Amino acid sequence: MHLVIVGNGIAGITAARHVRKLDASARITVVSDESDHPYSRTALMYLYMGDLQFAHTKLYEDGFWTKNRIDLVRDRVLAVDSSAKTLTLRDAQPMSYDKLLIATGSVPRFAGWPGQDLKGVQGFYDLQDLDRMETDTAGVRHAVVVGGGLIGVELAEMLHTRGIGVTLLVRSAWYLPAALPEEEGMMVNEHIRTCGIDLRLETELAEVLPDSSGRVRAVTTSRGDTIEAQWVGIAIGVAPNVAFLEGSGIETDRGVLVDEHFHTNIPDVYAAGDCAQHRTPPPGRRPIEPLWYAGRVHGATAAFGLCGQPRAYAPGVFFNSAKFFDLEWQVYGDLNTTLADDERTLYWQHPTEDKAIRLNYTVGDSARNASSLTAVNVMGIRYRHDVCTHWIEQGTDIETVLQNLGAANFDPEFTAQHEADLVAQYNRQAGRTLTLERTRGRIRSLLPLSR
Amino acid sequence: MTTAPFRLSADRPAFDQVPTYDPSLSLTGNPAYHPSTAQKVALVFVGIGALACLVGWASGSGFGGALLATVVIGFGGGGMAYAWLTYGQGHAGIHNHGIMFSAQQARGHFGWLWGILLTGLYVLVYWFPQYLTGLIAVFDPISNALGYPEGSRQWVMYGSFYSLAVATMGVRAFLKYRHIRYQKIRTVSVVFFQLVFGYSLPYLFVLLDQPELYLHYFWPLDYDGLWPDTFGWMPMAALIFGAAMIFIGTPVLTYFFGKRWYCSWVCGCGGLAETAGDPYRHLSDKSQRAWKIERWMIHGVLAFIILTTLMLWANAQWGVLGPIAAGFKKWYVFFIGLMFAGVIGVGFYPVFGSRVWCRFGCPMAAILGLQQRFFSRFRITTNGGQCISCGNCSTYCEMGIDVRWYAQRGQNIVRASCVGCGVCSAVCPRGVLSLENGPRDGRIGTPQNNLIGDLDIL
Repeated sequence: MHLVIVGNGIAGITAARHVRKLDASARITVVSDESDHPYSRTALMYLYMGDLQFAHTKLYEDGFWTKNRIDLVRDRVLAVDSSAKTLTLRDAQPMSYDKLLIATGSVPRFAGWPGQDLKGVQGFYDLQDLDRMETDTAGVRHAVVVGGGLIGVELAEMLHTRGIGVTLLVRSAWYLPAALPEEEGMMVNEHIRTCGIDLRLETELAEVLPDSSGRVRAVTTSRGDTIEAQWVGIAIGVAPNVAFLEGSGIETDRGVLVDEHFHTNIPDVYAAGDCAQHRTPPPGRRPIEPLWYAGRVHGATAAFGLCGQPRAYAPGVFFNSAKFFDLEWQVYGDLNTTLADDERTLYWQHPTEDKAIRLNYTVGDSARNASSLTAVNVMGIRYRHDVCTHWIEQGTDIETVLQNLGAANFDPEFTAQHEADLVAQYNRQAGRTLTLERTRGRIRSLLPLSR
Repeated sequence: MTTAPFRLSADRPAFDQVPTYDPSLSLTGNPAYHPSTAQKVALVFVGIGALACLVGWASGSGFGGALLATVVIGFGGGGMAYAWLTYGQGHAGIHNHGIMFSAQQARGHFGWLWGILLTGLYVLVYWFPQYLTGLIAVFDPISNALGYPEGSRQWVMYGSFYSLAVATMGVRAFLKYRHIRYQKIRTVSVVFFQLVFGYSLPYLFVLLDQPELYLHYFWPLDYDGLWPDTFGWMPMAALIFGAAMIFIGTPVLTYFFGKRWYCSWVCGCGGLAETAGDPYRHLSDKSQRAWKIERWMIHGVLAFIILTTLMLWANAQWGVLGPIAAGFKKWYVFFIGLMFAGVIGVGFYPVFGSRVWCRFGCPMAAILGLQQRFFSRFRITTNGGQCISCGNCSTYCEMGIDVRWYAQRGQNIVRASCVGCGVCSAVCPRGVLSLENGPRDGRIGTPQNNLIGDLDIL
């Protein structure tokens, strides 16, 4: 079997690795126009900031790919002929395949603003964007970043390290409202501001204005302000990178439409990662999941289908993480920013530091008299993936969770622990007298919890 | 800033080569470096300290302690002030920005220059101290107070510089990692052991007309600690303490805490690496090839010192193997004790990173490593499936461990060489890594469940 994977991002590469594990004889070719070797897209910002060099971001040493017989081809797929099972490449001769995995990721989304094509206006997704940004931000005094998502704050931090002033335009009242409740969002707002960023909330980009050379000179906002800026970063989101599939017979909507095995409408053609769109997403999941962690499970799951052992997509309890300047964030479970009717929230925030813990739980029916944990959200504190997931999966009673909450703490040794504060807060709110029975540092006490 | 570290063609960037940061000798060639006026003033103080060294070296006089005061205030005061201005302000957090553009920290001209200078200084201190007479004289106030004999006063100079570096850069490390209590406690510990056990106590013993004992070094790092000769002059209590530490204390402590109890909390070599070496920690080689060389080399040195020690005792007891033992001894002292531990170990900081000796040479680290790998409760836990493969952990591992290789598979990290500095955990942007002591069951390998269905991960 010759498997061709289009795209060497996390979905494509995870698929390649798993196909190799499942089928020692498969011929595996990965085609990418972005880089010779797979690297970590999430580390792009560190290249610009000078924390890392490109070699550091490679997932494995170069010899790894030869050893595992995964052929890496640097080329661009221009078109897919799914009836002849061939790919048209930009540089090389057409390539035939027995099975195909489309893992082409995303492209930055633009909203059609006047002036969005000016020099110095760009999105930030791949190495070529990084290269452009490196060139175009040289000598820039002030920049505008548009978008209140993860890439927006990354761009702000990146520019900040180069001594470039940054105005960050965010449409909502607080940062990342789709994922963060108001309290945490406000904490992030404040954190970003104290890092020296001019954060403008409830403000959108209206127009990008040119100078005489066709480069961005300023932007205007929905509030009517004009901001001088020599560079503009667009980070309002991404869209699946599927334009090249037009006319291929592979069915697309916004992304490539796939079933629970990441199979498209065409036999032997699969799609995974950012570019895939579930016809029927699993409960709680969106049809398109442009997330690193999702891409990884997509790729692994698709590999089973490609090897004739299809498995249904089962991503498990949702989790995510990010870092906003110096503020770390982790979430486990489906964190409803607007609580469901039977849902309650318990929130503790440190009085002076950027630290917070939130537990969401459903109020149990009187028969069971139990309240189940639904989500854990931590800011500036690290929690254990396995413990949180286990509690959420099991619908563990909130009071059991609280009494054992130290078991979830994953901060470095000697870090001040705040679980007792959360328990105290619960006791005040619920008129209870619980005590924290487990603190961090007793791994043995974790064992009954890990599977 | 006008310097663009990446100079790449628009359509096919050569990203698989190391990006070409600007290796300019200019301090402002680094686009992520924006020193304030205060920082520049602090750097001027450091420069004055260096100038005082030059004046002493050239003039052959310490000017009655004036130069010594200038060196301490310049290097120590200036260095600490610079660290405070750089890392003590604003939000605490990991800010490794610009390191890869730095001519000094990323093997640019400055890095090589500094490496050659350090290496040269070591060569002079060890074998040609007569060329350093003036520099040694700068430390005469201390040597005189101790009644240190002429001809070995270079060691007072060396020990003083060493301790000054650990103290000054210790303040830097403390401030750089001030948001992590583990780092603060560990830094205080390692600086304390250098300043007290590695400097003050030995000289106090000298003042009291006792042997100059370094009680935090044991055989085989202190290679002659168990040699027959040593039994001739070392107090019995110190001998028993040293032997008890290596044969009983070390296995017990390593079982409970991993080798970090020594390598990054106590040891003087580790102390210098964690403080003065911190700016160069990312220069360690992460390749599998380097790991292979490391295993052969460090265990080779361990075998070398064990063999040498056994032969010296065989000769002392039964009068056999004398010439061979003497040869082994001579070559061990020269190649391992001086060249490797001293010259290469520190001189190569700006080129090969801060732990070259600890990783490839130290026989104490070899013993601790074997214990840590096979009989210890210590591990670095990987937090489920949270790894994003960014590479910060591997990059900033001073021991050259490819931490990410394990983390991105959801595996715990149990490696002989890990000194438990905790920086992988510190630089991780997603809270994936944590140093822990715990039950040995399930310490190594892929966790039963890596939390993304029952699929293996990358």
